Amino acid sequence: MAIVEQQAPQLELTTGGPATIRPLGGMTRPQATTGWRSWLTTVDHKRIGIMYGGSAMFFFAIGGFEALLIRLQLAAPEGKLYSADLYNQLFTMHGVTMIFLVVIPLGAAFMNYLMPLQVGARDVAFPRLNAFSFWCFLAGGLMLNTSWFLGGGADGGWFAYAPNTGVVFSPSHGMDFYAIGLQLTGIASLVGAINLVVTVLNMRAPGMTLMKMPVFTWMGFVTQLLLVFALPVISVALFLLTFARLFNANFFNVSQGADPLLWEHLFWIFGHPEVYILILPAFGIVSEIIPVFSRKPIFGYPFMVFSGIAIGFMGWGVWAHHMFASGMGPLSVAAFAMSTMFIAVPTGVKILNWLATMWGGKLWFTTPMLFAIGLVTMFTIGGLSGVTHAVAPSDTQQTDTYYIVAHFHYVIFGGALFGFIGGLYFWWPKVFGFMLSEKLGKWHFWTLLIGFNLTFGPMHILGLQGMPRRMHTYVAGYGFEFWNMVATIGAFVIFVSMSIFAANLLLSWRSHRRHPVEVGPDPWDSRSLEWMVPSPVPAHNFDEVPTVSHLDEFWHRKYGEDATGKVVRIATGAEVAQKGDAKDVHLPSPSYWPLVVAAGLPLIGYGLIFNLAFAAVGAVIVVLAAFAWGYEPADDPEAHHGHAGHDDGHAGGGDGHDDDGEGGGDGHDEEPVSVGAGTGATGEEAASDD
Amino acid sequence: MTDTAIHEDPTVEPDPVLHPKGVVSHATSTGLSNEKLAMWVFLGSDCLLFGALISTYLLLRHRFVVGPGPKDVFDIPFTSVSSFVLLFSSLTMALAVGAIHRGDERRCRTFLITTSLLGMVFIAGQVYEFTTFVREGLGYTTNIFGSAFYTLTGFHGAHVSIGIVFLLSLFVMSVRGKLGVERAETVEIFGLYWHFVDIVWILIFTIVYLIP
Repeated sequence: MAIVEQQAPQLELTTGGPATIRPLGGMTRPQATTGWRSWLTTVDHKRIGIMYGGSAMFFFAIGGFEALLIRLQLAAPEGKLYSADLYNQLFTMHGVTMIFLVVIPLGAAFMNYLMPLQVGARDVAFPRLNAFSFWCFLAGGLMLNTSWFLGGGADGGWFAYAPNTGVVFSPSHGMDFYAIGLQLTGIASLVGAINLVVTVLNMRAPGMTLMKMPVFTWMGFVTQLLLVFALPVISVALFLLTFARLFNANFFNVSQGADPLLWEHLFWIFGHPEVYILILPAFGIVSEIIPVFSRKPIFGYPFMVFSGIAIGFMGWGVWAHHMFASGMGPLSVAAFAMSTMFIAVPTGVKILNWLATMWGGKLWFTTPMLFAIGLVTMFTIGGLSGVTHAVAPSDTQQTDTYYIVAHFHYVIFGGALFGFIGGLYFWWPKVFGFMLSEKLGKWHFWTLLIGFNLTFGPMHILGLQGMPRRMHTYVAGYGFEFWNMVATIGAFVIFVSMSIFAANLLLSWRSHRRHPVEVGPDPWDSRSLEWMVPSPVPAHNFDEVPTVSHLDEFWHRKYGEDATGKVVRIATGAEVAQKGDAKDVHLPSPSYWPLVVAAGLPLIGYGLIFNLAFAAVGAVIVVLAAFAWGYEPADDPEAHHGHAGHDDGHAGGGDGHDDDGEGGGDGHDEEPVSVGAGTGATGEEAASDD
Repeated sequence: MTDTAIHEDPTVEPDPVLHPKGVVSHATSTGLSNEKLAMWVFLGSDCLLFGALISTYLLLRHRFVVGPGPKDVFDIPFTSVSSFVLLFSSLTMALAVGAIHRGDERRCRTFLITTSLLGMVFIAGQVYEFTTFVREGLGYTTNIFGSAFYTLTGFHGAHVSIGIVFLLSLFVMSVRGKLGVERAETVEIFGLYWHFVDIVWILIFTIVYLIP
């Protein structure tokens, strides 16, 4: 695709009016009848980020519902709500949904929205590929969940060990949906990762050297590199599984000489970098939140950056600690035990740096700050139980018990999800132009903290008592009854807490509609570039791409030193911030083709499972749409290669970024330009701009 | 890397040779165009794809329970010839890139179509090889060696086939006059992909066919 990825089509705002009128209310926009099409065709990184977030919350509701069903079954001994088979599907789909369809896309939402803003770019490097990433992710996620209606969900556990996943032990189509659905979300993440890696490397504002990038962008960059190199491995594993199931290939057929450890190795070579893919964006988010609410710069910025890079590298050398019980031999076990203990060091560096940032700071306990502190504490608990897994003899006892379940929920829920929720509260005013209620936010935090610990704390005890994970029921008399009941109560406290969150979103939005309060560009007195533009962010991001001279550039524009060397405020955020009223900024025009290509892919998947005729139709759609995309619009035969003078892109910018035709998005209150209408105009623009 | 941020002065007209019109010639922080950097990142990713496939093959190739095995089916002289054809296409690809950089559209077109024809000869050889193997009793599901072999070489063949489609697209663009010197970088970026696919074949040919 990349080879014919042309310059994105360009359009001037046809109205020429200010691009700031941008009520980013998601699906709640008043002109919904004209608005929804513009969301389908958008190539704006901010809208794509919002759609990633919205889809992730939708899947979070599904995965959370599955979790509640699991806890209902386990509330008391000999639960009989579901059969063992349905229970297998529930925990598998819960895990797959939460990891691949909630936490990864939530990270993608933040990274898509924030990374271009934080490096001072107008958009990502390839806006249409970015749209394709989102639609491909959504197609894969929806396809995976349609398995519930087409013969049952996946039932092999989220890591799908062979040969349990073969047709012999898993005869329904669930694992086919797992293999193909995750293949699609993997393609989505890979394309998005290449896009963001190029964006960070290539599209930084003048003066924005790598070591002046905010920690969130750094952690996002490491995450994207991990995705680039980890995803092909799981792609291969999923291809092998697909071919084994659909075409009777022998990869996992033990009677034909297969080695079941092949899957485990391939899966965890992806799977362990994957856990850092889940957590690093959240680490980045709290690294933004804690300095703002401690009124101090991040402690040891280079250490934060290099510990993130170290995690990125070392994350490749620890995968087999997931396999201590597989009988792979004492030498491998010893080596991986040591590397696993070692990787705790860079993570510990991060924890210490967050504490040192807060130490002596003027702490301001807002909701985002509470969630950030929640991450630091809960992740520390999860990290410590993780170190106990590095002790191979102990881990051999704990493998496949609830102790493992407790551990990874402390790092993924208590770590990643706490960070993301804190990030939602923190950047909500920037994205949507209104604050979320602090009062409800604090209720949300405390109920979530209590519910979370009630649910997953007892699982440590259950695991050490020997309760195996993934059993659909247990008998009375082993001491499991009390703590299981506590965990189920905790799960419903989490449900109440997330309902408070939903109420907060709704009520805050309603009160904003009735009594709009101007939040201004900088409600928290923050530090990085995204706060230097109006809230919500205008389509073109920056009126004028800023020239960067400091880490925390925005803060340095607000604060200086007086004669005695004391830090004093020299300007308010509103004075320093841009007005968002730039006119005639070149923006890439929307495109149908990313959506069409992404719509064809699940057809291929359904076709492979049910009827190859579907697959042929899907393949034709994908190929034709990919060509239409590739030839849109610079190669349009109608485009004349005139050289109309237009230096608008250069005029305000003073940089080389805004004229590359790949920044910004369309004016959001306009109808999307149809492809036919767009090509004529854009062809001219592109040709002359080049 | 941190100090390589290059930023175009908007008041200076870009050098028409270094930044010919029509090329995505904007200043980037690294100096590499977005498209070229993206291709390098993608190829880095693809290394892991083939790495995983080759590892799978190495693990499984001798574990088959029933034959035929590698020694029974491989025809090394035949595959050597088709390997040479594919490697030769890297030369014509490089000549196509050189031609377009000099603005020689006609020669670029010739070399593009030659490259794609050589690619097609290689694919035809692969199809012939596969059908011969099947006739000799090695189906995709016959044994674990067959599954691993066809998957690995099939993925490589798919890469070559996609490359041929791109080559033909570039050829059509060139015929229609849409592939001038201003698009030299497009040809160059595609060349990266083509050379990568060839290098992967050197690995596969060595590991699969030559090493017993």
